[in-house]
Amino acid sequence: MQILLQRNRYLVFAIALALIALYFVPLWTIRLVAPQYPEGMGMYLWAGRITGHGLFDLQNINLLNHYVGMAPIIEESIPEFAYMPYVLGYMIAGALVTCVYPRKFMVYLGLLNLTAVGLAGFYDFWRWEYNYGHHLNPDAPISIPGMVYQPPLIGSKQLLNITASSWPHIGGIILFAVGILLVYVLVTEYVRKIA
Amino acid sequence: MKKKVLGSWFLVLGLAGGLSCGKGLSQGNVLDKEAAQKVYVAPGQKDAFYWFMSGGFSGQVAVYGIPSGRLLKEIPVFSQFPQNGYGYSDETKNMLMTSHGFIAWDDSHHPEVSLTKGVQDGRWLFINGNNTPRIARIDLSTFETVEIIETPNSAGNHASPAITENSEYLMAATRFSLPVPQRDIPVESAADGKFNGTISMVKVDPASGRMRVAVQVVVPGFNYDISHCGKGPSKDWCFFTMYNTEQSYQMGEIEASKNDKDYLLAFNWAKAEQCVNDGKTKVVSAIHYDNYLPESKPAVAEKRTEVKMMSPKDCAGMMYYLPTPKSPHGSDVDPSGEYIVGGGKLATVLPVHSFKKLAQAIQDKSNVLQEVGGIPVLKYESTLAGEVQKPCLGPLHTEFDGDGYAYTSCFISSEVIKWKLGEWEVVDRVPAYYSIGHLSIAGGDSAKPFKKYLIALNKITKDRYLPTGPEVSQSAQLYDISGSKMKLLLDFPTVGEPHYAQGVPASLLMEKSVKIYRLDKNEHPYVAKNESEARVVRDGNQVHVNMTAIRSHFKPDIVEAKVGDTVYFHVTNLEQDYDIDHGFAVEGMSMPNVLLMPGETKTVRYEARAAGVYPFYCTDFCSALHQEMQQYLRVTP
Repeated sequence: MQILLQRNRYLVFAIALALIALYFVPLWTIRLVAPQYPEGMGMYLWAGRITGHGLFDLQNINLLNHYVGMAPIIEESIPEFAYMPYVLGYMIAGALVTCVYPRKFMVYLGLLNLTAVGLAGFYDFWRWEYNYGHHLNPDAPISIPGMVYQPPLIGSKQLLNITASSWPHIGGIILFAVGILLVYVLVTEYVRKIA
Repeated sequence: MKKKVLGSWFLVLGLAGGLSCGKGLSQGNVLDKEAAQKVYVAPGQKDAFYWFMSGGFSGQVAVYGIPSGRLLKEIPVFSQFPQNGYGYSDETKNMLMTSHGFIAWDDSHHPEVSLTKGVQDGRWLFINGNNTPRIARIDLSTFETVEIIETPNSAGNHASPAITENSEYLMAATRFSLPVPQRDIPVESAADGKFNGTISMVKVDPASGRMRVAVQVVVPGFNYDISHCGKGPSKDWCFFTMYNTEQSYQMGEIEASKNDKDYLLAFNWAKAEQCVNDGKTKVVSAIHYDNYLPESKPAVAEKRTEVKMMSPKDCAGMMYYLPTPKSPHGSDVDPSGEYIVGGGKLATVLPVHSFKKLAQAIQDKSNVLQEVGGIPVLKYESTLAGEVQKPCLGPLHTEFDGDGYAYTSCFISSEVIKWKLGEWEVVDRVPAYYSIGHLSIAGGDSAKPFKKYLIALNKITKDRYLPTGPEVSQSAQLYDISGSKMKLLLDFPTVGEPHYAQGVPASLLMEKSVKIYRLDKNEHPYVAKNESEARVVRDGNQVHVNMTAIRSHFKPDIVEAKVGDTVYFHVTNLEQDYDIDHGFAVEGMSMPNVLLMPGETKTVRYEARAAGVYPFYCTDFCSALHQEMQQYLRVTP
């Protein structure tokens, strides 16, 4: 089995460090702007939690959401946050093992894991957004027939008076970069092999 | 010759209003495109300065944005304020406690921003209550009155509050002399010198801002009018003008205007502090109140029972009288601390004293003309730096631009004059509409003025705005003073009667302005921090409702009481979002509504007089379902 170039070994180590950083930066951000919220408000999605942009943003978003009957966004109600840190830990462990056992198939495995986690994560995120946006309290004071309040997976969308924008934050960008780095490692190893 | 001058003087006094009115009609339309551009603050843009104007007989402080002249806020200080319940609610009514009992009104005159090294530091705004002598402190992060202290042995707290270079002390002096201590004696005995004045030194705690009356100096019973403290070389001194050295007690307009010169009191407060520390005071019983707002709790009224007092004789070299023509008003120290301008209200010159000369003059006993009440009176010439000859009619109050020029308001000729310090020559004059009292330059009484805008605070309005019946608002004018000539930019009505003002650069305050009160820090004894804490507790015939308010309902849903109960609605606004306020009112309640800022608890008292069902509701439009924020109180027999 092909042993990785020393340089690629360092890159895998850098990937481990980058993944560790994901405990300390948000993955994703959703920002809401409305005529009466020119300063905007929003939330950060982290590997293991959800927080407001400002100290009280989550509370204030939930207060606004209750007018259209959306369920309150409460960290405890989202079980994914409980095991996401372990999934991340598993990937970090994989990267570190690859450093001491630098085999090409380990990089394949890493890319596979990352892709699987990424796709599952996106699906899960979309599912939560769908449920928040569609499963509305029938007693809500504001009820507009046919209207759903599903925020965009990525990009901007107008929901009544609120413009909701969903974009990767530092952690999300790191994850994309990690994926690209893994592909780069595999490509350079492939080029070396055929050379 | 002198008789003739006097004759025309009274003619001018008599015709002042009419003359200036005619003048305004012919010169009023000076606005041009350039001026309009200079005061235009585009929608969404912010003003460059906060301008804090006293409310005079409103007892409050109004905050304007300058240069637009837009009213930003009225801060309730000495008067009850039905608009938000200040002075009515259990949380705020203690602020208005005095030795005379609960006092719902006062006459606020002279705002002063706290200073560090003679420069505005933007922490607090102090202002006097003239009628029931008090000083208030407003926190400039919340724009709320957080303390009001009473100065005992005082009447007419007018020469107040002058602030020292590092906000060590506030000076407060009596406008009306009175028997000290207060007692029943014939008013006529004022003429025999049986009335006194007091100069109070109010210590400001440098960390908390809390005030206390450190000492009161008993001085001759003249009418102390205005004071300002020195800076730089004169930082240990404060200067007080006075009128009525004649000590008249009736028909003051004639009897108090006889002397050719009255005095300007030079007071070495650092020396006084030394004498206090050396134990030269005596403790006198004097009931006065210190009311303050602890953070996140209801206001507390603390009764104090005594003060330290001292006489000028107890502390030689502490006070000097500088003769100053005639019934002087303004007592204004230039940014360098060298010149002290006495606004000679009835004088034909504007006298300027020199601090350097004062410091020399007090070394030489031959400069002492006489002693009055233990205070040496110095020769006029020994401290005089110069006189501005024929400045205008009725020079009142002077501020400075930090660029070598002084600006004086002239009540009778209704104008602002600009003159050069050291040369004592008037270089420019512009009309004011009408009968200007004080004027105000941002930092104009500090060591660091902003040579940008000057505001005239006028006493007569007449035809300046659309007529509104006999009672019209006061008027203010904004002038551009950045160039060599003053230029009128804007004319705007004001709230109450501003006597004086403080302009503060927006950058000093806007970033630290508080947006919400933290609910988790709320220590109100009846707070309900979430809906599960909302409850009703009966205590005899008092019913306490710990109530929550959040978009768009109150908890508990229904409140029940009996006829004869007093129901206390302690309403907590659970919101933690900027500008999401709620209000609260019950049908038939005898007090006004309360406004609740996010995180705040306020109390409404309701006397249940008759059986029935009474609605209560949110009075501050809070949300799309504000109108639905309404519930019921049931009163059973």
